Amino acid sequence: MARTIKIDPVSRIEGHAYITLNLNDAGKVEDAQFHLTQFRGFEKFCEGRPFPEMPALTARTCGICPVSHLVASSKACDHLLSVTIPPTGVKLRRLMNLAQIVQSHALSFFHMSSADLLLGMDSAPQQRNLIGLLSVDPQLAKDGIRLRQIGQTIIEWLGGKKIHPGWMVPGGVNEPLTDERRLAMLAMLPEGLEIAHRTIDLFKQLVSRFDEEIEHFGNFPTMFLSLVTPSGGLEHYDGLLRIKNAAGEIVEDMVPPTEYQRLIGEAVEPYSYMKFPYYLPAGYPTGIYRVGPLARLNNCDFCGTPAADTELDAFRALQHGKPVSSSFHFHFARLVEMIFALERMQQLLEDPTILATRVRARARGNANEGIGVAEAPRGTLIHHYKIDDDGLLTWANLIIATGHNNLAMNLGVKQVAAHFVDGNHLREGMLNRVEAVIRCYDPCLSCASHAVGQMPLKIQLIDARGVVVDELVRD
Amino acid sequence: MSRVQPPGPHKIRVVTLQIDGRDIGAREDETILEVARENDIPIPTLCYLEGLSTWGACRLCVVEIEGTTRPQSACSTCVAEGMKVITNSERLERYRRTILELLFAERNHVCSVCVSNGHCELQQLATACKMDHVRFKYRNAPYQVDPSHDLFRVDHNRCVLCTRCLRVCDEIEGAHTWDVMGRGVECLLITDLKQPWGESQSCTSCGKCVQVCPTGALTKKGTAAGEMEKHGSFLVYLTEMRGNR
Repeated sequence: MARTIKIDPVSRIEGHAYITLNLNDAGKVEDAQFHLTQFRGFEKFCEGRPFPEMPALTARTCGICPVSHLVASSKACDHLLSVTIPPTGVKLRRLMNLAQIVQSHALSFFHMSSADLLLGMDSAPQQRNLIGLLSVDPQLAKDGIRLRQIGQTIIEWLGGKKIHPGWMVPGGVNEPLTDERRLAMLAMLPEGLEIAHRTIDLFKQLVSRFDEEIEHFGNFPTMFLSLVTPSGGLEHYDGLLRIKNAAGEIVEDMVPPTEYQRLIGEAVEPYSYMKFPYYLPAGYPTGIYRVGPLARLNNCDFCGTPAADTELDAFRALQHGKPVSSSFHFHFARLVEMIFALERMQQLLEDPTILATRVRARARGNANEGIGVAEAPRGTLIHHYKIDDDGLLTWANLIIATGHNNLAMNLGVKQVAAHFVDGNHLREGMLNRVEAVIRCYDPCLSCASHAVGQMPLKIQLIDARGVVVDELVRD
Repeated sequence: MSRVQPPGPHKIRVVTLQIDGRDIGAREDETILEVARENDIPIPTLCYLEGLSTWGACRLCVVEIEGTTRPQSACSTCVAEGMKVITNSERLERYRRTILELLFAERNHVCSVCVSNGHCELQQLATACKMDHVRFKYRNAPYQVDPSHDLFRVDHNRCVLCTRCLRVCDEIEGAHTWDVMGRGVECLLITDLKQPWGESQSCTSCGKCVQVCPTGALTKKGTAAGEMEKHGSFLVYLTEMRGNR
């Protein structure tokens, strides 16, 4: 008898979603879908607003990664201004973006996922969270909180607020950095690096316990999309688009972000409010690709900082130099990126020009169309605006990082469910694995992160006539 | 404050009154608000602005006067001998909060992304009057942004119809570019005969209206969220230098 399992909500992710698993008569998973249930409508209600408001307005999309929206939106507005941003303005924006990478990756790894890794996928849900982690490995929990705090503090010192700072504006930033703040930031970074190294060492020890998960957690061939520097290095703020295929061959390279529409199409499915971007020349859904830390490390030729490059070698070794295909290793890539971000911040802060006071170029709208692309913690983020001659928005398109991974997340859920879920003998740990594969992608579905603790979870087995044949409740 | 004196040899008398239990002496031609401010007694205001004529529209400055049942606006009520005024009471707080809630519900005041965020008088009043939520249903009516002026823009979403812009343009600049059309909830600020601001023949682009606007309705172009700070102190100097002319 065909049945459906619904995992609602998916816990320890940012935002609200549920998963449905469709079982066949034998109780095996035949299909799986990841549903985003919220509708935000930002693209529509931005219309009619003056473009200089866009960075702060679109940053409200999210409370976890508002800085990413500030960056992409400010860059789209720079394009509208058609001016060159003062170099220090760019460096300061980079600095904030890297701090955001650190805090967001720390949130994903420590707060959301480390409990699965340290306590095990089958551990009791009551324990399987940050609070549970505090009792088992207080140092790791404290490390996570501290690392996130370092990122958030740098954001606050630059922009005045931890969440939704209004400091990044079209043309640059609206206030330079003081030497006092620069030194205070620099003083925090060694501790951050120490934590990041300690954590990646721990991850390497833990990873051998998860061979089965690595094999089945969204482990399939896809392309990878990310920005790279003009010389092929790891990039989060600027750069050019690169797409690699599963074999590691470069499919598209050094594509100016303004030409993203040549590469990316967007499809819609009736079961989700999230769009399904795909590689346009390959068509839908064949043009599946992944973005984010895994894609960035697979795509770049080097990181560009010493410790991160050493870890990149270890990452490359996972699949003998080929692109790493298991989505489980988003975690690994995230840890490498944290090291990179901390090292890069150190370099930026040690550069005396970071204190220059010319940090903003002023102009009016000099173009009617602007595109801004940056790497958010979760992947490539695209803001695209059109304005009228008076500077009011007439059209907006936002391709959110999480959206790029939508096809892959759906496929990942299906793969994990097909391997781990036995519809005849439902166990909570099976379903946790289905959620855990989603956590690998660290999707940011809205601006809300769930509270610490277990989320209410109700799974029902419903037969073809709608009769509940089995039920599992976690409340 | 400039004030047109009544003709003839009329002498201004000094009266004594009580505000919040304090005995105070004041000129009989002063308003309760003026006397309260001279004596550092705070009364919230929105449409009132020193240097401009009194409008009395927002009613945030309402006070209780012993012997009257209805609260009176402090900005437009003159003091009188023996008057006993209370500037703060549970009822006044409730009225003020309600007025603010109605203002927030009427148009689209989205503080978090507004250019005046952190520098807005409406926002400050909401905090000062302990308005923590709006009990009325938001109208969510669509209002336009007019960006046609070369330097400034008007965002009707943020307008509270205080008419400070109208008064400063008429009384100080002498241009009378701004006016109000419509009635009730349909009221709308207009430039000239409802032309786009950028096409106004009378506007001198002096920017006084922008500086006296209490919210993010009138702003400089190119400002991002929270960047619009108003500097209205010029008004007192201008009116003082001008005397009664």
